[in-house]
Amino acid sequence: MSTTSLTSAPHAADPPQTAVPDDADLPVVGRRHPWRWAGVAVVLVLLAMFVHGLATNPGWDWPTFLQFVTTRTIFSALWVTIQLTVYGTVLGFTLGAVIATMRLSTSPFLQVVAWGYIWAFRSIPLIVQLLFWFNIAYLYQELSLGIPFGPEFVQFSTNNLFGALGAAVLGLALHQAAYAAEIIRGGIISVDQGQLEAAAALGIPRLRQFFRIVLPQAMRSILPNGANEVISLFKGTSIVSVMAIPELFYQVQVIYGRNSRVVPLLMVATVWYIVLTTLLSVAQFYVERHFARGTARELPPTPWQRVRRTWRAAR
Amino acid sequence: MIDVRGVHKSFGELDVLKGVDLEVRAGTVTVILGPSGSGKSTLLRSINHLEKVDRGLIRIDGELMGYRRRGNKLHELREREILRQRSQVGFVFQNFNLFGHLTVLQNVVEAPVSAQRRKRGEVEPLARELLDRVGVGDKADAYPRQLSGGQQQRVAIARALALRPKVLLFDEPTSALDPELVGEVLDVIKELARDGATMVVVTHEIGFAREIADTVVFIDGGRIVESGPPREVLDNPVHERTRAFISKVL
Repeated sequence: MSTTSLTSAPHAADPPQTAVPDDADLPVVGRRHPWRWAGVAVVLVLLAMFVHGLATNPGWDWPTFLQFVTTRTIFSALWVTIQLTVYGTVLGFTLGAVIATMRLSTSPFLQVVAWGYIWAFRSIPLIVQLLFWFNIAYLYQELSLGIPFGPEFVQFSTNNLFGALGAAVLGLALHQAAYAAEIIRGGIISVDQGQLEAAAALGIPRLRQFFRIVLPQAMRSILPNGANEVISLFKGTSIVSVMAIPELFYQVQVIYGRNSRVVPLLMVATVWYIVLTTLLSVAQFYVERHFARGTARELPPTPWQRVRRTWRAAR
Repeated sequence: MIDVRGVHKSFGELDVLKGVDLEVRAGTVTVILGPSGSGKSTLLRSINHLEKVDRGLIRIDGELMGYRRRGNKLHELREREILRQRSQVGFVFQNFNLFGHLTVLQNVVEAPVSAQRRKRGEVEPLARELLDRVGVGDKADAYPRQLSGGQQQRVAIARALALRPKVLLFDEPTSALDPELVGEVLDVIKELARDGATMVVVTHEIGFAREIADTVVFIDGGRIVESGPPREVLDNPVHERTRAFISKVL
């Protein structure tokens, strides 16, 4: 019968009720991001061009680079740069801590003095200050220890006391102290007042309140800025080349002054600056992680842990 | 145990406390009620000298807080002595103020070791015992931020108890907690009351006040308006101001 077949035909074509899956069971197809892939392609091409240029352009003169990059002269120059950085950092941050404490003290006099120090050393360009210290013997031929305005016990000739290196360290440290003081102060005032209040309410001694409770928490915000300063000081030591101190940049200049291979020798300095900055950055990461304990429910994995996890998952 | 006499305190132009007298006997619980800005927190903070008062004196167990009398003059104590006095007073803050970079156990052990010079090896078992008592014994090695608010406040109570204080002060201990977590903290405080601790509690929990207070003090505008047993102050307030406040919170 045609009528029955007409009515029953669409019925038969209907899929059974159970074959229509619920929305929740449907597979999800992710959104495509064609422009993202285009961006990746463009960047990859540009990178390839850059690397190709580095390798093929004779101007980079890699043989000369290799000839100098690990020479004794460069190493001893690098050592001077490292010394300048270490002394500048240690002295700068120590003095900076004292100045920060003065600015945070309740004595208005100490506050003003600390403010004045920071004002002065942030106002004078580092290079000008360095040249002042280099010429200190012109202003004061002799320095002496004794009672202020009274008798003197020991005398030094200024020139013997400050070599060029001493003058450079002094200049870098004094300059650094002004910036370090503000970074340390910033870290300390960023710690919640309630922490100090709780420590005071528990009767914890004053020094311990600072070193056990406030400082470890202040380190969280001191460290990134502090590391910035150390790295910038490390590269900033190149400025003392004006005082003819044989640090990395000065030494490189001396060499290319002789052989006129400017670019490869600048690359020698660049590579060493990059290597040491990388080491500092890695150290910064782990020190920061140490002081981050307790700030999040769980610390994010280190890059190394992440690599290992991906590797294990891929196998 | 606590004796507050004629205490005045102002912040700049604002007079927060205008002559407060309060006596807390040993082994009793005093609950301070009052609208915000009435000076109740300031009074509590003055008791352990976190706030220096402008006028008036505070004694705990007969000892003058923050001063020493020599002849007819009061000499301000050195910081070290003030800190020693404070370590006899347990203080629990509204927002816990646990040390975030130290574990729960380190939080509890810190003050007995550094303020009271007790041996770490002898304090640690005691600290674990206290943590058990407030029900967070299994969290000793966790950091505060890994705990719920109620657990953090219970750790803070254990931290205050570790000093074996003569009195315990609570500054709105449940105000920063989700409603469902309030009960667990109040239970701990109730148990302390049952054990005979001397406590002063600033709170907005009227039901809790009725249950544990020996004395309820109602403060408004920097003055004690009325004080007495909960049945009088909460159920039959004499002053209009108290009546208005209680009808609003209930």
